[in-house]
Amino acid sequence: MLERVYRGRGVAKFLGEGRALVSRQGISFFGGVDPVTGLVREKGHDLCGQDVTGKVLVFPKGKGSTVGSYVLYQLKKNGHAPAGIINVETEAIIATGCILAEIPLVDRLEVDPITAISSGDYVVVDGREGKVVVRKG
Amino acid sequence: MYLSREEERMLSGEEGAAVQKAMQLLTALGEVFGAERMVKVESAQIAGVSYGNIGDAGMEFLEDWANLGGKVRVKATLNPAGMDLNKWQEMGVDGEYYKKQIRILKAFEKMGVEITCTCTPYLVGNRPRFGAHVAWSESSAVVFANSVLGARTNREGGPSALAAAITGRTPCYGLHIEDNREPTAIVKVEARMRSIFDFSLLGYTVGRILGSGIPYLKGVSGADLDRLKIMSAALAASGGIAMFHSGGRLRAADKLEKVCVDQRELELSREKLSSEGKPDLACIGCPHCSLQELKDLARAVKGKKVKKGCALWVWTSNGVYDEAKDRGYLSVIEGAGGKVFTDTCMVVCPLEKSGYTHMVSNSCKAAHYVPSTSGLRATVTETYLVLESIMEGR
Repeated sequence: MLERVYRGRGVAKFLGEGRALVSRQGISFFGGVDPVTGLVREKGHDLCGQDVTGKVLVFPKGKGSTVGSYVLYQLKKNGHAPAGIINVETEAIIATGCILAEIPLVDRLEVDPITAISSGDYVVVDGREGKVVVRKG
Repeated sequence: MYLSREEERMLSGEEGAAVQKAMQLLTALGEVFGAERMVKVESAQIAGVSYGNIGDAGMEFLEDWANLGGKVRVKATLNPAGMDLNKWQEMGVDGEYYKKQIRILKAFEKMGVEITCTCTPYLVGNRPRFGAHVAWSESSAVVFANSVLGARTNREGGPSALAAAITGRTPCYGLHIEDNREPTAIVKVEARMRSIFDFSLLGYTVGRILGSGIPYLKGVSGADLDRLKIMSAALAASGGIAMFHSGGRLRAADKLEKVCVDQRELELSREKLSSEGKPDLACIGCPHCSLQELKDLARAVKGKKVKKGCALWVWTSNGVYDEAKDRGYLSVIEGAGGKVFTDTCMVVCPLEKSGYTHMVSNSCKAAHYVPSTSGLRATVTETYLVLESIMEGR
C-alpha cells in the first residue's frame, strides 16, 4: 500500500483519521451542511448529497456565514462531525469551528491536497504535528 | 507565537477549562492570521446572539461554555437578540423562539456579559478610549470604533470576541498594529452630502466599489455622530471594510488607489437596494437609534398617522429607550401609530413574522440584509420619504 506523509500547518491540534472526501469548492457549513445528519445540502456543490460523518474533508477553504463555526460544533455533538479537515489555506470560520468542536485541522500542505488526495483514500490528520498521512486506495 | 507566562498558564488549563478553550481558539486564530503575540483588550462586543441567527448549534455551544465556568474578565457587551425582550409577541415571535432566545441570553449572563443587546455599545457605556485595544464583533461598531473613536479592533466573530472577553486577550495582528491602519485608497467624494441617508449611501457605495481595505474619504463635510454611525454600518455591509479615514495626515498618497464617488454612483447603490412596489413597513434604527435620532423622528411624525395596513417600527437600545421615554419622544412616536422596539432590529429578528412584505428604510445595511434574512422586499430612501410612504396627515 502506498503511503505518503505531507507536512503542513497544524491549526487545530487534535488527531483524527478516516476516508477522504475531496472537494474543489469552498464549503459553507451554515446552510451548506445539515447539522443533524451531516449531509451536504448546498445545491450545485460537488459534494451535494454526500455524508461528511467520520470523513476527512479536503477542500480549499471555508466560506459563508461565521455561524458555520457553530454548525461544526453541533455536528460534533450530534455524532456527525468530520474526522478531520484539510484546507489549502484555512480561514477564521473553519479554524474556529474546528477548535470548538475538537476536529483536527491542517492546512498549507507542501503539496496541493485537492490533487494529492483522492476521495476514498485513507487519511490521518495530525494537527498536533502539523502533518497528514495518506494511504492510497 | 510568543505567549507570556500568564497566557501559557491559561493555555495549559490552570485557569479552568473555559479559559483553556478560549486560549486555544485565540492562539489558533493568531497562527492563521500570522500574529506574533497576544495583546490585552479593554472590552469586547459579542455578536451571534439572535436565536434565528445562531440556532440550536450556537445556543448549545454558549450553554456548554457557560457550564464550563467561562467568565469574562473585561467589560463585555452584547449584540442585538432576535426579539424585543418585553414586546416579543407584538413582533409575531412564537413561544418556542422566545424560550430559546432567553436560554442564549441566560448563558451570556452567566458568563458575566452585560445584556445590552445593541449594535451601538458606544452609546450605552462601552466607549473605548483613543488607542485602546478591543475585540469587537459587530461589523458596524468595528468601523465606528476604529474610525471615530480611534480604538483598535479587527472584525471579530462571535466566538473569538467571547474568547477575548474570557481571557482578556486577542491575537495581535491586522488593525491592532499601527502600520496596518494606514489608508489603502483615496475616495474623492463629489456627491452632495446633506442627510443621514446620503451618508448611508456613501458608505454602501464605497464598500461596493472597494470591497476591502481602508478608504481615505476626501471632500466630506457635515458629518456628525449619527451620520458616521450609519455610514460605518453601510461600509461594513457592502464590503469587508473595518476602518476609514476622513481628514488627517496622508502618507504616500501618490501610491494609493484613487476612486471617485459622484451622485451617479450613489444613485446606483440606491437602485440596487430598492424594489418595485409599495412598501408597507417602515424601519428606522439600523444601527440602533441615538437619542437625537428619536428626537428628530418624534418631531417628524408629530401630527401624522401611520396609514392603515402599514407600520412604523423603530429600533433602539434599552438604555436610549428609557431616556427617550423620559423626554416624551416615545409617546409622540407611539401616538402617531409607531412602535419602538429594543434589544433587537430588523436584520436579526424574524421580520417575516411581522406579516408585512416590503420594508422601507433609510439604512443601506438594513436593505442589504433584510431580503436574505427574512424574505421581505426592501427599499432605501431619505428618512422623510420613508415616513411619507407609510404615513398621512391627521
